[in-house]
Amino acid sequence: MFNFFLLILIYTGIYALMAIGQNIITGYGGMLSLCQAGFFAIGSYATAILSVRFGWSFWATLPVAAIISALFGLLIGLPTLRLKGDYLAIATLGFGEIVRNILNNWDSVTNGPMGIQKIPMPTLFGLTINPYKKYAFLVMVIIFVIIAYILFQRLARSRMGRALTAVREDEIAAQSMGINITKYKVYAFVLGASVAGIAGSLQAAFSLSVTPGTYTFMVSVMVLCMVVLGGMGNFKAAILGTFIIQLISYFPQLTGLSSVIPPQFKQILFGLILVVMMIWRPQGLLGREEHTYGVKGGK
Amino acid sequence: MGTAEFFQHLMNGLTLGGIYALIALGYTMVYGILKFINFAHGDILMVGAYVGLFVFDLLRGSSPLGTWTVVAFFLAMLISMAVCAILGMTIERIAYKPLRRATRLAPLLSAIGVSFILSNSAAWMLGTQSRKFNYPFDNSSINLAGVIITPHQILILVVSLVMMLALKLFVDKTRMGKAMRATSLDQDTAMLMGINVNKVISLTFAIGSALAAVGGILIALDFKVYPSMGTMTGLKAFVAAVVGGIGNISGAMFGGILLGLLETFGVAVLGIPSGLKDTIAFGVLIIILLVKPEGLFGKVEKEKV
Repeated sequence: MFNFFLLILIYTGIYALMAIGQNIITGYGGMLSLCQAGFFAIGSYATAILSVRFGWSFWATLPVAAIISALFGLLIGLPTLRLKGDYLAIATLGFGEIVRNILNNWDSVTNGPMGIQKIPMPTLFGLTINPYKKYAFLVMVIIFVIIAYILFQRLARSRMGRALTAVREDEIAAQSMGINITKYKVYAFVLGASVAGIAGSLQAAFSLSVTPGTYTFMVSVMVLCMVVLGGMGNFKAAILGTFIIQLISYFPQLTGLSSVIPPQFKQILFGLILVVMMIWRPQGLLGREEHTYGVKGGK
Repeated sequence: MGTAEFFQHLMNGLTLGGIYALIALGYTMVYGILKFINFAHGDILMVGAYVGLFVFDLLRGSSPLGTWTVVAFFLAMLISMAVCAILGMTIERIAYKPLRRATRLAPLLSAIGVSFILSNSAAWMLGTQSRKFNYPFDNSSINLAGVIITPHQILILVVSLVMMLALKLFVDKTRMGKAMRATSLDQDTAMLMGINVNKVISLTFAIGSALAAVGGILIALDFKVYPSMGTMTGLKAFVAAVVGGIGNISGAMFGGILLGLLETFGVAVLGIPSGLKDTIAFGVLIIILLVKPEGLFGKVEKEKV
């Protein structure tokens, strides 16, 4: 039971990274991206392939996973970000599906639907971070989340965060204030992609195997749900949302009711959360984080 | 490639495209009026296929193929259309109407939610196994000078043509159609002119969903019925709508046919592995968005400050 709770925390950590990425894209940039699962998959496969086929250490694959995800973010972002929001949703959705399609079919590299097994465990200073002994792994994941949180929080308060907010609120007004809309959108997209790539890398090191079935559209919607539930434009809320969604996901196993509750229950609930939140509380549980500048304590 | 082979692929592409076109109409009509993508459209198609399957099996009983089964099939299609029309209107009322004045993102997110609820409820209640839709007629193929045509393909072509023509006539010639066009041009002005905008929007969802039901049944005859059947088909139909110029009804029809042809010829002639068939549609989408984002027949909309 306690062990199980640790598992939930680890998944909260891994998904929180994706949610942080989604938050910068959707919460700050106002762009509906539906392919966090795609970047997650790219990160996982980068780590899996490099460490299994080429014997790289986990720490060497991690930045590569982030960079490859970022490159794909750029690749998909450059053409589509110049378009209106709705198209972006579909284009990114399509991209996520293409990634899974390719992983499923490119047997010589990805080993098709079988996936890649026996990924070596990450080691640090001679110590193995064994995912079966969950504490060490949890600590590692938490460190990653803290770093990502601080970095993205700082970023959101920088010129870039303000520019993104301006773009979200009114593109034309932002443009006339001299903000390069496409540039900032692409930035947000690439950053969001790279942090999802890192999450994927961690996922690969945690489950020690990757299969295309893990990276479905469901994952993208789940991440979106986390951000919407917590509150768009608020990183703390994204992490809180992640935790709640993970609790919901594992609720049947936690309570031992998995024989009673249908397996589709969590997906139906995610759908309900999206609809209900949009109608009654579009700002999420915690609401948007407003940055105030000026005297401390003053509004 | 011989002439016969060419016509074979052409026929296959046209039938596939006919179905895409039917489904694309729902996307394009909703987008034309409410300016958002109804993500749940693909799942309405799935519901339509299930309703059609159950009603048809119920009506048909164990009677052998004959006139009655054909009548039963069309009856099942009509009932499925009605059920989906009501479903579409209900979804609009509950999940989209409260969000009409909200941010652009809100109805999109709500629609994704509805899509998830529909497909997973179906999986929960009906199981994930796929079911076969029985043919209402003898589907042995006809060899027409080397081109193999199945009665099913003829059915698809005829049904989709009839539906599209009916819709086109409805939108172009009737009073209600005129109200629809007016609403899609400018909702507020339409309201000032005495058009009941809520009614128009409800009707749009009803028609779009009914067409999706037809598309679902036609697809089900070919590929079986399962809870997630609507997702990929819906996406591709959306691509078709974008290719034709979203919001444009004739464009959606053309885009659907074009996409069907591209997919068939892409696999047959260009040798794209059939495992990657679904990627063709998205490749087309990205190219269209890059080269001509308003679609082949769409109007360029100037942004006003």
